[in-house]
Amino acid sequence: MRQHLRRETLVNAGLAVLLLAAPAIAAMAGEPFYVTLATRMAILALAAVGLNFVLGLGGLVSFGHAAFFGIGGYAAGILATHAFNQEPFPFGLSGTNQMLVIWLAALIASGIVALLIGLVSLRTSGVYFIMITLAFAQMIYYFAISWPAYGGEDGLSIYVRNAFPGVNTLDPLSFFLICYVLLMIVLAFFATLRNSRFGAALQAARQNPVRLASVGVEPFRIRLVAFVISGMITGLAGALFADLNRFVSPSMLSWHMSGELIVLIILGGTGRLFGPVAGAILYILFEYFLGGITERWQLFLGLILLAVVLFARGGLIGLLAGKVRHD
Amino acid sequence: MLLEVSAIETFYGPSQALFGVDLTVDEGEVVALMGRNGMGKSTTIRSICRLTPPRAGRISFGGVDLSSMRPHKAARLGIGLVPEGRRCFPNLTVEENLVAAARKGKWTLEAVTQLFPRLAERRTQFANSLSGGEQQMLAIGRALMTNPRLIILDEATEGLAPVIRHDIWASIRTLKQEGQSILVVDKTMSELMPVADRCTILEKGRTVWTGLPQDLSEDVRNTYLGV
Repeated sequence: MRQHLRRETLVNAGLAVLLLAAPAIAAMAGEPFYVTLATRMAILALAAVGLNFVLGLGGLVSFGHAAFFGIGGYAAGILATHAFNQEPFPFGLSGTNQMLVIWLAALIASGIVALLIGLVSLRTSGVYFIMITLAFAQMIYYFAISWPAYGGEDGLSIYVRNAFPGVNTLDPLSFFLICYVLLMIVLAFFATLRNSRFGAALQAARQNPVRLASVGVEPFRIRLVAFVISGMITGLAGALFADLNRFVSPSMLSWHMSGELIVLIILGGTGRLFGPVAGAILYILFEYFLGGITERWQLFLGLILLAVVLFARGGLIGLLAGKVRHD
Repeated sequence: MLLEVSAIETFYGPSQALFGVDLTVDEGEVVALMGRNGMGKSTTIRSICRLTPPRAGRISFGGVDLSSMRPHKAARLGIGLVPEGRRCFPNLTVEENLVAAARKGKWTLEAVTQLFPRLAERRTQFANSLSGGEQQMLAIGRALMTNPRLIILDEATEGLAPVIRHDIWASIRTLKQEGQSILVVDKTMSELMPVADRCTILEKGRTVWTGLPQDLSEDVRNTYLGV
């Protein structure tokens, strides 16, 4: 096992370096498109790290994480629009184009929604949990579509990318670095939490909730905390995604997005620290290269996913570093 | 009285398993719960831990009535269960298994690994890679980490090699010396009798005999235990 862990650390370090080096080289070669591609990888990886908390560690298949992704996106879009048009909110609050404030707003908003969704959905399990998280996400999706104040079905444009103190966010590489550093911070947080008492209890709740209750830990509360943390991280990724595209639309909230996040994690390795990173890199590469060959690239993605599920259940990390936890 | 079980009746769905079990454990006492297979020993334990709550009767622990209490609350009052079949969390390491449920008290990671030095050697190994005996030690250690006022051992030495049994009984005797209250279910009479302060025998879901181990006559043994 020790050897596995050391190998996994090497693989993780390799992925981290790869994700950093590729856009740096692309930027030097004057190819900003590839920098944007890498930024998408980092942001989707961040969103999937959020989902990995509940899916990988807690064994809870949330099919509604697009809700948090979209809420984070809308937090960025709404605040930026108000700042741009100089329209204050009620109670004397104003919009802002400062990323740090927007991130805070995205974290709080998605955290509150995750708390409410978690309070209801975590009372169920298995297929009911999947359906109820999907139902909540769809409710928010249709709400966004029918809310004309913020673009409704057409979405909401952010005219100028929001600002970060001391960084020119319009420069693709600078914005990539912001996303990359955030991803690394959240990964470090994930690793710390996974190895903590809380992480042990969360994984124990996946393996046997009754046994966990019989040693005095309430599985519901552990899962609820994990669900809120998970939603907040995915919400943060949503805010970055909105800034990357300078556009927010209900499609960020759609169930395809939830499915995409699950696919990312399975491709990379469920419950593995760098699983979402590996998954996001693979997914975007497939999308780009297969998408360049054929419009129907998702058919091939489906075949690859099938192969992963059948033959490489540890995902890419499992293939490279060997199985450790998930059998 | 630390644990007081009076006239509990427990059902699995429509079928009744307990028809009136009475049982007490005093502070610092070791009580042996005995009876042949299928007489309700494990169901009694499940009832106490509220995993299968009784429909009638009363259970109180440290003066608190356990009726309508959820299992994790009962555990927090200080009931530490070592379930039958050494059920650890298979994909957590030894250390994670121990700390997941830890609560403040004299039983810390150091104290538990001192009681079971084998666990110290296996600290970073996954529970499903341990031998049966080591898993049993881990299950006992996990229960101790919650610093329980009462520890319940359900068939703690079943199916283990004699050497390991010996170690586990030694650790049970250590716990007794330290004044730990224990409710123990086991079939090894020769080991159980010297440790137990009192015995309670179940027969077809009822308490039929309670007394001191030395008063356990040949007659009672033949009738209820088949030994």
